[in-house]
Amino acid sequence: MEQYLNLAVKAIFVENMALAFFLGMCSFLAVSKRVSTAIGLGAAVIFVLTVTVPLNNVVYNYALRPGALAWASPDLADIDLSFLGFLTFIGTIAAMTQIVEMTLDRFVPKLYAALGIFLPLIAVNCAILGASLFMMERNYNLAESAVFGFGSGVGWALAIIALAGIRERLRYSNPPEGLRGLGLTFIIVGLMAIGFMAFAGVQL
Amino acid sequence: MSKSRDALIDPLFNNNPIALQVLGICSALAVTTKMDTALVMSVAVVFVLLFSNLFVSLLRHQIPTNIRIIVQLTIIASLVIVVDQVLKAYLFEISKQLSVFVGLIITNCIIMGRAEAYAMQNPPSMSVIDGIGNGLGYAVILAGTALIRELFGSGALLDVQVFALASEGGWYIPNGLMVLSPGAFFIIGFFIWAIRVWKPDQVEQD
Repeated sequence: MEQYLNLAVKAIFVENMALAFFLGMCSFLAVSKRVSTAIGLGAAVIFVLTVTVPLNNVVYNYALRPGALAWASPDLADIDLSFLGFLTFIGTIAAMTQIVEMTLDRFVPKLYAALGIFLPLIAVNCAILGASLFMMERNYNLAESAVFGFGSGVGWALAIIALAGIRERLRYSNPPEGLRGLGLTFIIVGLMAIGFMAFAGVQL
Repeated sequence: MSKSRDALIDPLFNNNPIALQVLGICSALAVTTKMDTALVMSVAVVFVLLFSNLFVSLLRHQIPTNIRIIVQLTIIASLVIVVDQVLKAYLFEISKQLSVFVGLIITNCIIMGRAEAYAMQNPPSMSVIDGIGNGLGYAVILAGTALIRELFGSGALLDVQVFALASEGGWYIPNGLMVLSPGAFFIIGFFIWAIRVWKPDQVEQD
């Protein structure tokens, strides 16, 4: 139990997807203008990550890794399909995103309209694929990958909501012309990343 | 002729994918601690962008609109697998350093964004030029950032020591911030500022 809690804390704070690994930056910068949309996108990312990482873990362990097909027949034991990893992972992710999109369209149309183009872009949000690739690189088991997926999602959501909060206030500031908007946002994210570095080494 | 030249030159500074379109930033930040990884990454992205634009553009009348994202992703992912296998075979050291970020070219929004915004509506020849142009725009920012980060972060360029380090009896004390993630954010932020001071029409209006 403690081990899972530790993994979650690490994924949320220490190895924050957005601030330590620069993953999911495109939507991170583009959808962080208002807190309400940031919360919506954050929730969608948490959900998609929590589902896709364990799902990809199952696919990887039972179909792709060297010797993974041994359960089907002993003849297949020395087949290594791990080079197909990118393709299958992205397929799972795209299918899940489509499901989330259809669900939101049906039940929360307001949020659907607010997220606009960035909902289909969750499919190409590097945080999602990145989490699956980290899962593969670090050899997590099923339970660990579920915790890791959820934790990374929460960390990303936390970062984007915090940034949106800051940017809402920023409207009243008076920066130099060229720095307005994107440039200033980058510098704020840099400062946030310094803040999150304080979590380095935190362990339960 | 001038139209295709615009498609090539425009993304370099006037409509830069990173600085103005806010696309493909993840990898731009993560692989720029050293010049050699940044250059390999740029070449890989230009390659994938060129061919994904070409194939998407060739297939644009065949792809049904509601499953277009999956089709585009399949094309892109196949190209990235090729790049990944080539890197593992010939540049193993660098491919180890790039780790997951080669795979993340798939989700690099530049590639998806150009496929969606340009290649779906334009003929193959123009799409190829657009792909090269945007790839180069990406490479410019990547190389610039890596130049600053490697030079000031470790006093070297392409692994050749330029500044003599204080720890080895020289005069230069490396700036640790440059190698860490916040440094990358600051440099890109200042880059954007510089481009917008130079080209004031890119300034955002609230």
